[in-house]
Amino acid sequence: MIEISHVDKWYSPTFQVLTDCTTSVAKGEVVVVCGPSGSGKSTLIKCVNALEPFQKGDISIDGIKVNDTKTNLSKLRSRVGMVFQHFELFPHLKIIDNLCLAQEKVLGRAHDKAVTKGMALLERVGLKEHAQKFPAQLSGGQQQRVAIARALAMDPIAMLFDEPTSALDPEMISEVLDVMVDLAREGMTMMVVTHEMGFARKVANRVIFMDRGEIVEDAPKDDFFGKPRSDRAQKFLSKILSH
Amino acid sequence: MNYNWNWGIFFQPNPMGTGTYLDMLLSGLALTLKTAALAWVIALITGSIVGVMRTLPSKGANWFGFAYVEFFRNMPLLVQLFLWFFVLPELLPKAAGLWLKQLPNAPFWTAAIGVGLFMSARVAVQLQAGIGSLPRGQRMAATALGLTTVQGYRYVLLPMAFRIILPPLTSEFLNTIKNTAVAITIGLLELTGQARSMQEFSFQVFEAFTAATILYLLVNAVVVTAMRFLERWVAIPGYITGK
Repeated sequence: MIEISHVDKWYSPTFQVLTDCTTSVAKGEVVVVCGPSGSGKSTLIKCVNALEPFQKGDISIDGIKVNDTKTNLSKLRSRVGMVFQHFELFPHLKIIDNLCLAQEKVLGRAHDKAVTKGMALLERVGLKEHAQKFPAQLSGGQQQRVAIARALAMDPIAMLFDEPTSALDPEMISEVLDVMVDLAREGMTMMVVTHEMGFARKVANRVIFMDRGEIVEDAPKDDFFGKPRSDRAQKFLSKILSH
Repeated sequence: MNYNWNWGIFFQPNPMGTGTYLDMLLSGLALTLKTAALAWVIALITGSIVGVMRTLPSKGANWFGFAYVEFFRNMPLLVQLFLWFFVLPELLPKAAGLWLKQLPNAPFWTAAIGVGLFMSARVAVQLQAGIGSLPRGQRMAATALGLTTVQGYRYVLLPMAFRIILPPLTSEFLNTIKNTAVAITIGLLELTGQARSMQEFSFQVFEAFTAATILYLLVNAVVVTAMRFLERWVAIPGYITGK
């Protein structure tokens, strides 16, 4: 579904953020990307739907090349859901309108159909009664669940999560992870940048460990948690799993 | 001070035969309002376009926006009006220059367009600041949903940016109204111009300018009140100064 091959990215001629990154996410697979901050994991996931440009290598989604100037990027992006660390709901739109905007403007859905779809998704994430509220009236966890519903409203073929729980208070993390676990179990193709190793253990097929812009380890979940091959991954795991 | 106060002067006929002195001032006020309204429309439209250009991910657009703003805000308004009114017709090909000079209402059009362009640079800078104050993720979220750049501005960035800059925009609107007084120098008989002629005809300088002062204050008070209502009307529940 998502093919990343030999991707290099520089912020400036002397500052390389991604070095020869190669990996893939198969249909229905859940891949967790972890690593220390500054390791390039957020940058990598943003390259997947071309929110960040990259200079070398190829990324394709469902066989369509992201870095091809002939690709209709808006159309491709509309088929890939993305959830951000800071939710990024549109503050001036009611919750239901947040869910309807792109359905109507990008997919051309009729308003009543978009609303029906939106309400069904809000019910699924347990926020149906908040449809008429504005984002600022919801808690962080609720906002992130709305953001997931907003992405799902586009009927995506894959979902990208960029540290979806990092900006949340501890007691709100599980409500967001629950939604993501359900999604994974339903067979959604997911690429998830996160430090939530519990989530990774529960639903990930593979875990990718990045450090200094390189993919250091790309292993099936059990291998990764059982016996990581690289020193750096071992050190990282021992640090975040020690508590 | 040997001054002959005469507050009844407003109800005496003016020597132009157009009614009383008060009528003269009110006709000036009408012209001030007309000029300011047209100038503000020009400032808002042009300023918004240039402000957006300054935030586009295009070097060419950024450069144009930068050059435009620096051109119009770095020259005194008075000099700009002189340029458009006295210098431009001489620089144009003879026929075009002659056409400009013989344009009926030339001072009105010059003042409205001149003040409008001068103010548009200020609107542009504020809109740029407003867009810049939005989290970077807002643009990304819009893009990730498949919205095009135009749609992203129309439905996501601008609705928030304009809400944020409403209070300073109010000041710019007031400045536009007050700046039309400069048009007296190119012969526009707006409120200041009419107060001046009243003084010259009647020698009642204090009465004339007291009346003009009060009329300016009233107009601006109306604008301030109207903008307050607008701010409250577009406020977002739970957000900054929400309801």
